[in-house]
Amino acid sequence: MLEKVTDILREHKGDSELQITLKTEFADLELDSLEMVELVMNVEEEFDVSIEMNEGIKTVGDLINTVEAAR
Amino acid sequence: MVFKMKIIGFGKGIPARCVSNDDIAQFLDTSDEWIFTRTGIKTRYVCTTETLTDLSVTAANGALEDAKLNPDDIDLIICATLGGDYGTPSLSCCIAEGIGAKCPCFDVNAACTGFIYALELASGFISSGKAKNVLIVSAEMMSAKTDWSDRNTCVLFGDGAAGCVVTAGNAVKYINLSSAAMPNSTVLNMPNGTGNSPFTKEQKSSGFLHMQGQEVFKFVVNIVESELKLVQERTGLSPAQIDLFLLHQANKRIIDFTGAKLKQPPEKFPCNIQRYGNLSSASIPLLLFETVKSGQIKPGDTLLLCAFGAGLTAGTCVIVWE
Repeated sequence: MLEKVTDILREHKGDSELQITLKTEFADLELDSLEMVELVMNVEEEFDVSIEMNEGIKTVGDLINTVEAAR
Repeated sequence: MVFKMKIIGFGKGIPARCVSNDDIAQFLDTSDEWIFTRTGIKTRYVCTTETLTDLSVTAANGALEDAKLNPDDIDLIICATLGGDYGTPSLSCCIAEGIGAKCPCFDVNAACTGFIYALELASGFISSGKAKNVLIVSAEMMSAKTDWSDRNTCVLFGDGAAGCVVTAGNAVKYINLSSAAMPNSTVLNMPNGTGNSPFTKEQKSSGFLHMQGQEVFKFVVNIVESELKLVQERTGLSPAQIDLFLLHQANKRIIDFTGAKLKQPPEKFPCNIQRYGNLSSASIPLLLFETVKSGQIKPGDTLLLCAFGAGLTAGTCVIVWE
């Protein structure tokens, strides 16, 4: 799942070299609040889940845990 | 379902005062760059001395002139608004008084979706023979409803009115109202107060517009996708066959993202949010007016109007322009 989320983030940032780990924080990627929604919606589509917007989602690991809980 | 209706004249009423992002940055911790990159908005028009009735009457008179009709020719006035200058009478009655019409009038509040609701209502009156010409005015004074100390909401909205006259015809092919498409009064609302009743157990004063922007963003993208699926099921029209998508002007970023999800090119999504901000129910009729008058909409073009707002409500209309 990390690989797919990495692909989505790379496409979003237009940076094919972007390095992503479970600990990567969205704030460090300089995603604003609307980009977070765009990311969550792209992830929802990719994994066919529905996720509530949640301020607790701060890292890539948080996002992946949320997706797994929603599956 | 046959709607038997076409639009024959447009008008608008916009306040004189144009407020730039820099103007707002004079009294709020924000900047032109912050607002523009997150919303696509550069300016909005805000009432200073104008009333909402003033803007609405200007829009109504413009629509009558454009349609080459007199006030006596109008059989019904429907006003889409979150609220006029008075709790009562309705804004539609104030418009009738202002233009000198003597016909039934009522307001409809479906938040930013109001114009599509008004079109559906007008089609019912026209199809049943109860009205020949219906004047629709969408008018909002959002500057009175937003908290000007909250940089997340006040920068988004503007004031304005846009109207049109509808009459019997074949241009309108489809209307769908998704009333409370996702019933949820918490993500977008504006509380009313309780007045000064000595009997109320919990005194509440009226509040400003409150919005959970991220939830609204998700709702919008999802509802536009599902509305388009319904259009395809019921009319056979695919997104590729639609020439222009006139979406409610809530946020340029939402429009861009929705367009990308639909795999449709940005030039199919005309916008005026850069100049006006979000005008709630008046956004779509103003955008339609300006896009028609600029020549961007040509006879034969298939238009999809899609609005969404508090409720949460949504509404879609397909028009083949004549």
